[in-house]
Amino acid sequence: MPLPDAEAVFESLAKKIQADADRNFALVGIHTGGVWLAERLHRELGIKQPFGTLDVAFYRDDFDKIGLHPQVKPSEIPFAVEDAHILLVDDVLQTGRTIRAAINELFDYGRPASISLAALVDRGGRELPIAAQYTGITLELPADKMLELKRGKNGKLSFHLYDKSLPE
Amino acid sequence: MINRNPQLDEHGTLQHLLTTEGLPASVLLHILDTAESFVGVTERDVKKIPLLRGKSIFNLFFEPSTRTRTTFEIAAKRLSADVFNLNIAVSAQSKGETLLDTVNNLSAMNADMFVVRHSQSGAAHLIAKHVQPDIHVINAGDGSHAHPTQALLDMFTIRRYKRDFRNLRVAIIGDILHSRVARSQIHALTTLGVPEVRVIAPKTLLPKMVERLGVHVYHDMAKGLKDIDVLMMLRLQNERMKGANLPSPEEYFKYYGLTPEKLALARRDAIVMHPGPMNRGVEIDSEVADGKQSVILPQVTFGIAVRMAVMSILAGNQV
Repeated sequence: MPLPDAEAVFESLAKKIQADADRNFALVGIHTGGVWLAERLHRELGIKQPFGTLDVAFYRDDFDKIGLHPQVKPSEIPFAVEDAHILLVDDVLQTGRTIRAAINELFDYGRPASISLAALVDRGGRELPIAAQYTGITLELPADKMLELKRGKNGKLSFHLYDKSLPE
Repeated sequence: MINRNPQLDEHGTLQHLLTTEGLPASVLLHILDTAESFVGVTERDVKKIPLLRGKSIFNLFFEPSTRTRTTFEIAAKRLSADVFNLNIAVSAQSKGETLLDTVNNLSAMNADMFVVRHSQSGAAHLIAKHVQPDIHVINAGDGSHAHPTQALLDMFTIRRYKRDFRNLRVAIIGDILHSRVARSQIHALTTLGVPEVRVIAPKTLLPKMVERLGVHVYHDMAKGLKDIDVLMMLRLQNERMKGANLPSPEEYFKYYGLTPEKLALARRDAIVMHPGPMNRGVEIDSEVADGKQSVILPQVTFGIAVRMAVMSILAGNQV
């Protein structure tokens, strides 16, 4: 099936966030795709606060099933979470479990004033009461397909679709 | 039947950590990489993550060791596991219970992981062979055989300060004969590709045929320390000395104690490590131990992150 152009979807997401840019967000990207997006948004929206990165591997709820992800990256939050307005950024929003883990991790750094969510793609299938305030595009995809965001050597973003049964 | 490494399952994933011997570089590096992300956790305000919530970890210490036990306890608690410290030297065993009976009893209390310190080489292997497949065993030091988490935290420290293992000269200095730490360090260093590992010690404190481990043997500090990037000091194990291995601690210090003058023989940017506890004035001079090139305290900090990494990797590798 034809997939949308990730660059165009990103521009549309950036525009929606731009409209609210006076809200003085601190950006936090979720590894790995969300970090690319946070980095781009940080640059293109000219946000002064440094952006943070989260690897939620230590907060996932499927550790007992699949163990520790082989490449956990350090989380870095280079600003005070206490009383900050945080915009979480992720590439693909589906069950909401990653976002749940990210929120839990953020609270271990402090008590933010608010957390909102920007997702490049919302593909539905939520298992938790979580919604994105900013969405690039809403896509309906077969449940057995995995949507992945990739970044090329030139920095260009693109979408790729896989069968879930196949290893990445 | 091929006798495979008892630490790995048939897919090569780590089920127990008993020794660094025979573990592939990929497994060692995976532990070091994972520990890297735990260092971040230990620097936060809330130094706790929910990864091992609900797991029960038993510290089985058949030999007293406050420091090692405490670092395992801190690591387990930061992972939100429940930790039980059993000082077995003064409990069941003194009533005549065997090692495996003790383990059976604790397994019946639904243990998920055992951290074992024992004066007999091979004790942790014995327990690992005996337990149900969903229980993991970490060797926290067995006799003069192995102390893998110490070696791994040393590797982590070296990588932090020196970046690449493949262009280093490393010297292990002191009581190699009685040291489980030295054995585990040598296996880890050679597996990770350190091109030159030296041991520096008097003949009486070297095991026979130590060269077979792939190290270069020196008896003289002046020669042995030339061009060295990393100095790994060992503790003089007074309690393990049998007979006349040494004339006296003073004599030892004179020839092998690390003084600023001897340290000056190594490379200018060399780092000094020590697994603790230190005998100041025996194997190391205070001026060196507290000096600019010493990374002895960072070793302790990194030790927590490395033990968190080992515990969470093992707990996640279910059969």
